[in-house]
Amino acid sequence: MTQKIHTQVLNNGLVLLAEEMDWLESAAFALLVPAGAALEAASQAGLGHLTCEMVERGAGERDSRQIITDLENLGADTSSTCSNTHTSFGGAMPAESLEAVLSIYADVVQRPHLPEDQLEDARLGCLQDVRALEDDLSQKLLLELRQRFYADPHGRSALGTVESLTALTHRDVQRFFQTVYQPRGAIISVAGKIDWPRVRQLVEKLLGNWQPTTPEVTRELPPPRGYRHLLVDSSQTHIGLGYEGLPYADQDYFQLRGAVGVLADGMSSRLFTEVREKRGLAYTVFAMCHSLKDRGGVFAYAGTTAERAQETLDVLSAELRKLPQGITAEELGRLKGKIKRSLILQQESSPSRAGSIAFDWYFLGRVRPMAELSKIIDELTVESINDWLKKHPPGEFTVVTLGREPLIMPV
Amino acid sequence: MDFLHHTLDNGLELVAEVNPQAYSASYAFFVRTGSRDETAEISGVSHFLEHMVFKGTPRRSAEAVNRQLDEISAGSNAFTSEEQTVYYATVLPEDQGKIVALLSDMMRPALRQEDFDTEKQVILEEIAKYDDQPPYGAHDKCMTAHFGQHPLGRIVLGTQRSVGNLSREQMLRYFQSRYSPRNIVLAGAGNIDFPRLIDQAAEHCGSWQSFDAPRPLSRAAWHRGFTVLEKPLATQEYVVQIANAPAAADDDRYAARVLATILGDDKGSRFFWELIDTGLAEHASIGTNEFQGSGIYMTYLACTPDETAANLQRMADIVQDAEANGVTQEELDQAKNKICAQIVLSAERPANRLFSVGNGWVQRRQYKTVREAVEAYRALTLADLRAVLQKYPLSGCTTVAIGPLQELAEPH
Repeated sequence: MTQKIHTQVLNNGLVLLAEEMDWLESAAFALLVPAGAALEAASQAGLGHLTCEMVERGAGERDSRQIITDLENLGADTSSTCSNTHTSFGGAMPAESLEAVLSIYADVVQRPHLPEDQLEDARLGCLQDVRALEDDLSQKLLLELRQRFYADPHGRSALGTVESLTALTHRDVQRFFQTVYQPRGAIISVAGKIDWPRVRQLVEKLLGNWQPTTPEVTRELPPPRGYRHLLVDSSQTHIGLGYEGLPYADQDYFQLRGAVGVLADGMSSRLFTEVREKRGLAYTVFAMCHSLKDRGGVFAYAGTTAERAQETLDVLSAELRKLPQGITAEELGRLKGKIKRSLILQQESSPSRAGSIAFDWYFLGRVRPMAELSKIIDELTVESINDWLKKHPPGEFTVVTLGREPLIMPV
Repeated sequence: MDFLHHTLDNGLELVAEVNPQAYSASYAFFVRTGSRDETAEISGVSHFLEHMVFKGTPRRSAEAVNRQLDEISAGSNAFTSEEQTVYYATVLPEDQGKIVALLSDMMRPALRQEDFDTEKQVILEEIAKYDDQPPYGAHDKCMTAHFGQHPLGRIVLGTQRSVGNLSREQMLRYFQSRYSPRNIVLAGAGNIDFPRLIDQAAEHCGSWQSFDAPRPLSRAAWHRGFTVLEKPLATQEYVVQIANAPAAADDDRYAARVLATILGDDKGSRFFWELIDTGLAEHASIGTNEFQGSGIYMTYLACTPDETAANLQRMADIVQDAEANGVTQEELDQAKNKICAQIVLSAERPANRLFSVGNGWVQRRQYKTVREAVEAYRALTLADLRAVLQKYPLSGCTTVAIGPLQELAEPH
């Protein structure tokens, strides 16, 4: 796995990353702007979401319709989203379209029209997303779990609420755009069949004059954690559980990742076996590591019918508490193989590489070569993971349930 | 890239698109069986059987199947539709022998009573999950309303009742009538060693007993209807509409797909500009789905209850305008550019090509290269689109709405 990776930090702070994948016909990009919901004022929840809706409604010389028409004629399959930390744009396309597509997005992040006469349309669109969440019970549960685990501002959902979105003005959108759409902390990554010197020149030209700003940092609140039940008259009870994890940059991150992998990666994992295969308690059950820049969590989920919800929660938490008794060599061997195969398969996909190198930079401040990651995985041992687990046993669970009845927290 | 084909003595067909440069290889057993091959009594058995295939064989326990899949695959799963049950896995090329041996063994499941009883609970959980989740079965309900007693109107998952009453013996009889090697295709895409694949398939599948597994292709009689179902749990209203469209073997399907893209793609379509860009709906789209002997346009709307009637009227107006006045050359060109780029991009992964190759063979006994697929779209003209709209008007549709509304005005 020899990779051709390039890095360039522009004078205004923008980071440009590239990975050449000559065997592909496609190219992909990811543009992460540090305009996440965590930077909103507490009373303006959803402002990042609304601003993201507005910036694509005309930019530079194109109106809203022209942007989409041009992107589609270029064969670019793109999307945008506002998360807690970033507003991101990205997509894949035939390699020859990359330059034209990047120049459209350079307009979107620097010269959007933010047309006032379309604010109501954009707001309605955001409100649709908020209402859709009310019907997406597992997602609603997981957002509530995240909120209780990390608290404001890092636990915030980017969607906003009906009340907060309704109160936002065109001036709010303009001000948010002016203060947080900026190059310092922004990352643009490209991967696929690319010509690095040309890409570098183009990005310098398109984004080199983007002016940095200094946004205010939002005050952090202490997380509530504990247990909360959301009363909904649903067929299934949804269970979410979180506990302390590690940030991706932590030197022990992969000890935790290894343990959670044994718990939840694949059909032979402990949760799948104990919750679904042996007891038939749930169709969906999973656990995952989640990382912020300076902290992390482990989040687990199961959806089950109300009558069997207590048993499901009990089995789920018992499996977590059992982890420090140790994982086995077979379990770790399977997990290592799985992770390494997924690294090899990333080479078939320009969007997954563009995403990966941007992810690396955000968390590590550099691109970690796949060979280095592969070595970290090789060096994990049963002993190293078990030692770490003994010192850091899962516990102090934050739990959220959603359904007809609250559950009893296991001791 | 080469396309290769071979038939074993017992009728099992092997097809593969071989790319020696690929990092991975994907394999799948496509079984020509699904909900349309069921009766009302055993509704859901195809999908339940798909789950049981992962529960072990006379030689392997359920744990062994799961463990070995995790040991070699970089992604494996299965799905059941109206017409197919597909088991697939992606591996590194050096693991071809292992994955073919494993998937082949899985295709002769043990169907143990104890596993059957546990897995039934998982299926009932799956049904409960979809009962809580948008669009609350609206797709299935609309298929049933549209196709009536025709087998395409059967629900893939079955119901709490049909699955709850299903016995292991009924499933075994179904298996014995459907999983004939003559009714199965082993498909591959990517870095595949085809000569060895033939040997491996012969070794592991050669002893499977062959028998007839016919599928009656009776003509569907369509029923138009307008149904409103109240779901107090829901916040948004969800509407599914089905209209007739070209079938799987009909070359008009390309024009129908382009038409669906122009009128109802997620982005850049007439629905998008009228309903999504304006914030009037959360989702408004048209897709196509092709079966043997029948095809459908499926229109999907999700929006606030208050706007539902007006949105349905807007969609009906868009469709009627297209039927009366056609679409423009610019729209046609844009849709072609979009679709062709998507075909080429998705073809970079063998895991994606696998489904094009396998599905093309199961539905049509036909293989198309990526280039041929692109050319089929590139060749379309405005006249082709007009013709397909005349033959398969979108306006004559069946509608099912689910959500907080008790009643809903029908568009005119």
